[in-house]
Amino acid sequence: MDILITGILLGGTYALIAIGLNLQYGVARIMNLANGEILVAGGYLAFIAYVSLQLSPLLTIFLVAPLAFALNWLIYRVMLQPLVNRAKTRGQLETDSILATFGMSFIGVGLMLGFFGGDYFSYSFMAVPLQLLGSTYGANRVIAFCMAVLICGALYLWLNRSRAGLSIRAIATAPASARLVGIDVKRLSALAFALGGAVTAVGGALISTYLTLDASTGVVFTLKALIIVIMGGVGDVRGTIVAALLLGIVETAVASLLDPGLTLAAAYILFLGILLFRPQGLFGKTTT
Amino acid sequence: MNRRPFLKLVSALTLAGTLTATAASADTIRIGAVAPKTGGLAGGATVTQWPSIYLWVDQVNAAGGLTVDGEQMMIELIEYDDQTNPGETIKAVQRLATQDEAHFIIAPYGTGLNLAAAPLFDRYGYPQIAVSAITDQQPELSDKFPNMFFTLGTTTALAADLVGVLTDMREAGDLGNRVAMVNVADAFGIELATAAKPLFLEAGFELVYETSYPLGTQDLSPVIKGAAAAEPDAFVAWSYPPDTFGLTEQAMIEDIDVQAFYTAVATPFPSYGGRFGAAADGVLGAGGVNPDSPAFQEYAKAHMELTGAAPDYWASATTYASLEILAQSIEAVGLDREAVSDHLRETTFETVLGPIAFDENNSNPAFWTVGQWQDGVFVGVASRDRDGTAPVILKDGWK
Repeated sequence: MDILITGILLGGTYALIAIGLNLQYGVARIMNLANGEILVAGGYLAFIAYVSLQLSPLLTIFLVAPLAFALNWLIYRVMLQPLVNRAKTRGQLETDSILATFGMSFIGVGLMLGFFGGDYFSYSFMAVPLQLLGSTYGANRVIAFCMAVLICGALYLWLNRSRAGLSIRAIATAPASARLVGIDVKRLSALAFALGGAVTAVGGALISTYLTLDASTGVVFTLKALIIVIMGGVGDVRGTIVAALLLGIVETAVASLLDPGLTLAAAYILFLGILLFRPQGLFGKTTT
Repeated sequence: MNRRPFLKLVSALTLAGTLTATAASADTIRIGAVAPKTGGLAGGATVTQWPSIYLWVDQVNAAGGLTVDGEQMMIELIEYDDQTNPGETIKAVQRLATQDEAHFIIAPYGTGLNLAAAPLFDRYGYPQIAVSAITDQQPELSDKFPNMFFTLGTTTALAADLVGVLTDMREAGDLGNRVAMVNVADAFGIELATAAKPLFLEAGFELVYETSYPLGTQDLSPVIKGAAAAEPDAFVAWSYPPDTFGLTEQAMIEDIDVQAFYTAVATPFPSYGGRFGAAADGVLGAGGVNPDSPAFQEYAKAHMELTGAAPDYWASATTYASLEILAQSIEAVGLDREAVSDHLRETTFETVLGPIAFDENNSNPAFWTVGQWQDGVFVGVASRDRDGTAPVILKDGWK
């Protein structure tokens, strides 16, 4: 039981890391390798707000979200839109966007180094024990998990109940046909990309309450997010959530029952297994 | 508009970091520095390595430079970011030696990066006064690379002195026999755990929990829960910066009941004390200084004034001492690198840490090994031949 809860909490963290990339890759078709830098930037803002203004990260996210939304919208419009316009095939767009965002990740690291320095930024927020069914858990992790549930739930509802959500799902499934039925693909792609960035940055702000970050840790999160998105299936929120939870539970179970040294191996075996038996991901649709 | 060339340019610029190619001029001493500004070790290097380098250059130049053959020469610092990548460290050292024609090169940061660069320092005849390079291979290395020097101690000393501290606590009746030991699965953690295990057993301790975890583990609660379930009296972690913070926070949350709690690298960072506050009281860690020594206090004050951050309580001062040693050697024998290396072997230097002289293995035999947070300051509680060792206190809860 203890393992299950710890695993689910870790899964919540992973969902925060990956859900934004899912939106960006699934809808806007941008494999954003600068995803981790956006996450770290969100964490930085939360850190600065907490240290200098004693502002709770739970409030900072309301500042982080619109800022990250605007920034990502700008990035998409200025930098990625031209790539989308000239790409003849989806494959070409993926290659171009991977290269472009890879470069962007270096710029991100450089900018953060310039502004904030390379020091670790760590602070203590709600690092108090919380009793749950007889075991103790960090309150900050539980809070982050609740926020992850809220964010993922809201995204799911929005995608499945609203008109914009419907259009976004249409783009994720069939970008070419979506245009034929009068969906403004350009506008919605930018929206999805910006929204993905905002979610990632908010995730970063929440994660910074219990993980120690520095300017160059972004790549670690990018890799984790990639694995989760690919495991879950591109363009489906449910897939990412299930994959994140699965990864969290497997890693915790291996760490508790076998050996913490084997968590990485377990994560990649799970990844390999899913790729072998369901190459399109848990909830992915077979490509046509 | 074609944005590609622009993008490439910007990425290249960022990659290059602070590359500053400079024209050679006759009346300055060109000092090269290569250490991480990005990558895995950037956080550590930003606290420990770079500020002390800047401080030293600033102080030397403010005093009019170094006296070389009766002439005052200013220092010109040429710095490179190696991105915590040994390949980049090697390239940067090569570039410093051949393109920038640096007179001297400050040793890189981290054991692995120092070892990677050692053959090049040797080939171009540069003395390499390594600081954050802790290894038991010092005799072999100094044999192979005669101009490589070591200042911060050896793996076995670090482990043995911790075992010594815990043994003393046990003899005093303050500590039981049960030890939980974990390590980060990285060169540093593995080497220390391997060295510490037989020492603990020899000293009559019982290892009730032993495990390793991968570098960058995002949830360390299974490790702490596993350790707590084994009901240890002492918890020892051969850890790296992010996990040092993570393990301590989990230990607080689990309220692990031990009389001694040890985490390794980053425990002496001011940000550790800043983050955990009173809960850090009694935490043992690698390193230490004598915070009461006037020389350290003066250094810490200047460090704070120039860089806006406090030095750590271990390798920062040693890094600064290694530069003092270099400066004193240059002033004594000039810019001839071979002569400087010979001078390093023969002389006793006055530094911020006290006197330093290298032994037959090019190693500084006097260094701090174990420290402890006591009332908001990380004080040295065990050392080899250093003055000012403070008595150990018991870990009393996580308030």
